[in-house]
Amino acid sequence: MNAIPRKIRVDLALIAELVAPGTRVLDIGCADGTLIDHLFRAKNCDARGIELDMREVQRSVTHGLPVMQGDADTELVNYPDNAFDYVILSRTLQAVEKPREVLAQMLRIGTHAIVSFPNFGHWSLRLQLLTKGRMPMTAGWNRMWFETPNIHPCTISDFFALCDQDNYIVEDWLAADEQGARAPWRRSRHLANLFGEQGLFLLRKA
Amino acid sequence: MDQSPSLAETQHQSVTFPGGLTLDCGRALATVTVAHRTYGTLNADKSNAILICQPLTCDQYVAEPNPETGKPGWWELMVGPGKPVDTDRYFVIGTNVLGGCMGTTGPRSPHEDGSGQPWGTAFPQVTIQDMVRAQKLLIDHLGITRLFAVVGGSMGGMQVLAWAALYPAHVFAAVPVATASYHSAQNIAFHEIGRQAIAADPYFYAGRYWSEGVRPERGLAVARMTAHITYVSEEALTRKFGRKLQNAEGLSALGDQFAVESYLQYQGSSFVQRFDANAYLTITRAMDLFDLAADHAGVLSAAFRGTKTRFLLVSFSSDWLFPTAQSRAIARALNHVAANVSFVEVQSDKGHDAFLLDEPDFHQTLRGFLAGCAEHAGLI
Repeated sequence: MNAIPRKIRVDLALIAELVAPGTRVLDIGCADGTLIDHLFRAKNCDARGIELDMREVQRSVTHGLPVMQGDADTELVNYPDNAFDYVILSRTLQAVEKPREVLAQMLRIGTHAIVSFPNFGHWSLRLQLLTKGRMPMTAGWNRMWFETPNIHPCTISDFFALCDQDNYIVEDWLAADEQGARAPWRRSRHLANLFGEQGLFLLRKA
Repeated sequence: MDQSPSLAETQHQSVTFPGGLTLDCGRALATVTVAHRTYGTLNADKSNAILICQPLTCDQYVAEPNPETGKPGWWELMVGPGKPVDTDRYFVIGTNVLGGCMGTTGPRSPHEDGSGQPWGTAFPQVTIQDMVRAQKLLIDHLGITRLFAVVGGSMGGMQVLAWAALYPAHVFAAVPVATASYHSAQNIAFHEIGRQAIAADPYFYAGRYWSEGVRPERGLAVARMTAHITYVSEEALTRKFGRKLQNAEGLSALGDQFAVESYLQYQGSSFVQRFDANAYLTITRAMDLFDLAADHAGVLSAAFRGTKTRFLLVSFSSDWLFPTAQSRAIARALNHVAANVSFVEVQSDKGHDAFLLDEPDFHQTLRGFLAGCAEHAGLI
């Protein structure tokens, strides 16, 4: 095992920045476990994961990472209240069956939730829909409507509205480009909603 | 008939505890002997020990030939130098379970009444937890305060769960494989067929077969044959045997017409050479009695409240004896108490037996899990 933290993807690095050192973290949809490995090595977190794809789970466990196979829609109910300091859902909210319920569960089992999702309000998507009248296709939204796993697209503005409605406090947020690098639209939600390819939110209960 | 074949013992390495053991059933054994084998070297602070828990018909000879049968150790694929449970890194302990017949106190051991006769069916009914308490005596005797890991499949997995529930502070990592927190009605039913076959054998003599110088071999073989079917998947049986005929001459209702029949008969007959019928009755019943949630007012997660142990649960996709749902239920119970749990279902068509066989995905998973735990335990 290598004790030196590896370089990780920009979007994961951005998420990791939001996590305080030494905390308990659950990463939902942790893929190959890169983020939990990073949080353990670089921030000394007790980081665990849930992943739907069994091959990814096996890969993570084979690398010594605590990951269990499971579905965000069904597994979160099994955890006790406030079991974690952060519950992370990265680029997955739009693909779960019940996003609102998943979010509620995240903020039940964790004191904070970190959520990122592709922004359906981005100008290029709006433009495509307006000019072609067809479901937009971009680097991020690259599967046809009939086969996309992203069954609940939302915009950054939609997400703010849901947080208001369900009484979540947005402690921090930012818009990012497709690679996950920070985009300079923080001042204005409307500009972020137009120019951000992804939204990243740090929430807590009111 | 003056021979007493059931008492003709190979000498097995063992430790006898004169303090005995109080059992779940309320009775006590005045002394208890635990047969065991170890592999690898215990490090200076005794922190690298892994206990391997024995499945129903296995024994302490995990990684070396069994001296009674001459057959290779039952988990040599998993345990040894450079193997996933690496004896170059870890000190590995195998034991024979309480109630067994490979040197640990069981129905074949001399009765406490001093008659010189074996216990036979008079042996008190032991539980999975009793087996674990006997193992704990041995672990204490070896001066080990905390086991780095406890690993076991099937009934071995039940012992792992019992270890984690009874002695959480003494188990750093727990790996219950292809197991369940309780024995299902279907599993009990299959065991009962086996027990009835043994009881129906005219050589059983109500469990006193040793005094007649015989063994209920037919009954025990049928018990093994029934059990063996539950260890394999339909797919594996079809792949291995299909409808192949063994003996195409003539037609008879009984006998080894089909290849699968002679295979089962071989499984049965080789088993009776190494296993004591009363031990089989005792151990299968111990499995049937296992229900960890029942010991905690029906709430499985209560068995693990506050646990710091790191868990890895493994199931196999074609295992219908201890199906994946059973492992998932344990994983969920552990999530209820926010335990550190990994859970993997390995794709395999080999059925329950997969955990004993060459399954590279399983072996890599366990190797990696142990390596990760070793890092967290400061065992580098």
